Amino acid sequence: MNPGVSQKAIQAKGFWRAQRWLLLRRLSQVLVLAMFASGPWLGVWILKGNLSASLLLDTVPLSDPLTLLQSMVAGHWPATMALVGGAIVLAIYLLLGGRLFCSWVCPVNLVTDAASWTRHRLNLPTRPGNPKGRYAVLAGVLLGAAATGSLVWEWVNPITLSIRVITLGSLTGLWMLLAIFLFDLVIRRDGWCGTLCPVGSFYALVNRFGWLKIRLPAREKCDDCMACYKACPEPQVIKIPLKDIGAEPVIRDPACTLCGRCVDVCPENVFEIGSRRKASEPLQTVEIKP
Amino acid sequence: MRTRRDPKPPVNPARRKAIAQGMQYACAAGLTTLFLGLQSQKGKASGGVWLRPPGALEEPDFLAACVRCGRCVEDCPWDTLGLAEFLSPLATGTPVFNARKVPCEMCEDIPCVKACPTGALDPELTDINEARMGVAVLTDRENCLNLLGLRCDVCYRVCPLIDEAITLELHRNVRTGKHAIFEPTVHSDVCTGCGKCEHACVLEEAAIKVLPRKSAQGELGAHYRISWEQEDAS
Repeated sequence: MNPGVSQKAIQAKGFWRAQRWLLLRRLSQVLVLAMFASGPWLGVWILKGNLSASLLLDTVPLSDPLTLLQSMVAGHWPATMALVGGAIVLAIYLLLGGRLFCSWVCPVNLVTDAASWTRHRLNLPTRPGNPKGRYAVLAGVLLGAAATGSLVWEWVNPITLSIRVITLGSLTGLWMLLAIFLFDLVIRRDGWCGTLCPVGSFYALVNRFGWLKIRLPAREKCDDCMACYKACPEPQVIKIPLKDIGAEPVIRDPACTLCGRCVDVCPENVFEIGSRRKASEPLQTVEIKP
Repeated sequence: MRTRRDPKPPVNPARRKAIAQGMQYACAAGLTTLFLGLQSQKGKASGGVWLRPPGALEEPDFLAACVRCGRCVEDCPWDTLGLAEFLSPLATGTPVFNARKVPCEMCEDIPCVKACPTGALDPELTDINEARMGVAVLTDRENCLNLLGLRCDVCYRVCPLIDEAITLELHRNVRTGKHAIFEPTVHSDVCTGCGKCEHACVLEEAAIKVLPRKSAQGELGAHYRISWEQEDAS
């Protein structure tokens, strides 16, 4: 989330086309929160529970596969309702693309995007972290559950904590969200989602088979304005499909969250959100610019 | 190619770097202090005895089974249940209740157990009278009004299993020599630990409290034989 980069895109493409994925994403995130909050606050139960396990419209169980995995390694075999819910969620993200969760559903993204926006506004030079480090955190969460026999990650899991903030009025989750905001603001650029969050790393592992991908049908039009790199929360995923003309013009790096911000901010319409295999032009037709 | 140059005033890179690094160190120190501070606050947390909802598995198993989704909390019609917070003595996000504040109302259909997706609240519990959330203990025999010789009887009257879980045992009042004492007596084989007695106790601080069964009850060594029960069995 870089407040500066969209100006050029807005001039080139108009407000809607330069912001639409961002706005749709915000709409999706707010809808998720609203569906959890409407029950306790208005008595209209759409989603009951939180993002570790919930019940949609009193019929469809949903549960987070990583949470169930922790429960299993901690020594409990979850009941059928939880397993069915986990299978539904896993199937959806396997089919569509795992890290859609991170950018379209997870409420923590609102906080980390706010930190990112503030960081750009204040022009704070912060180092990017190691994007592979998150897999170690994921392993640590599972080992921790196995070693203690408890879902220790849930002590600090900001995802469920933030749902609790809005459903049950729990205030302690705000500490974790504040900590993440500060961490992302001055210590690491997009540090929480990009280098630490074990839920994000789990969904990145699931992200390999998804149907939706960011495609680059017009990469030869790239004029190196760097807007996509500045806007992308995982900028390391862009370089190869954009610059390596031998590579397929599709972002296949599982760290891509499919947030669509690159599509928005590119004034040259290099990117699009599309299917994994679209009958696209063969590789040879890509022009090599002098 | 980018040709436009940002019309910015000249910056002093060394100064900027020093400020940014200072902020980084300050934030790192702040975050560390925050988490260590939370831990120390946890030590100070009190707030009575925390109980698990009906049907909860034994504590080590419960911590592995409960996914902290809070559906039992949302389905509790009496707002008895809440989720433990950072500073609670029990694991964050797990369901708890404080009987002195809101006791379990012993719903016959047990909606909290039905809501649980993982089996952390055992679905085999179908009769709420079989729940064992804890056991009531007359912890303060010095201030209980009944033991002082009055006829308060409130804990006995509110017990959903009156005359089974709590009975009034008649003793002679040795202080006056001529009055009776009606001692509220809990029977652990029947008490569900719902906490209505603790909630209703008229004292400023309840004299009867529901404690987790592990905390309240002793356990005989396996080598002890109770002769009169042995005879019954044979």
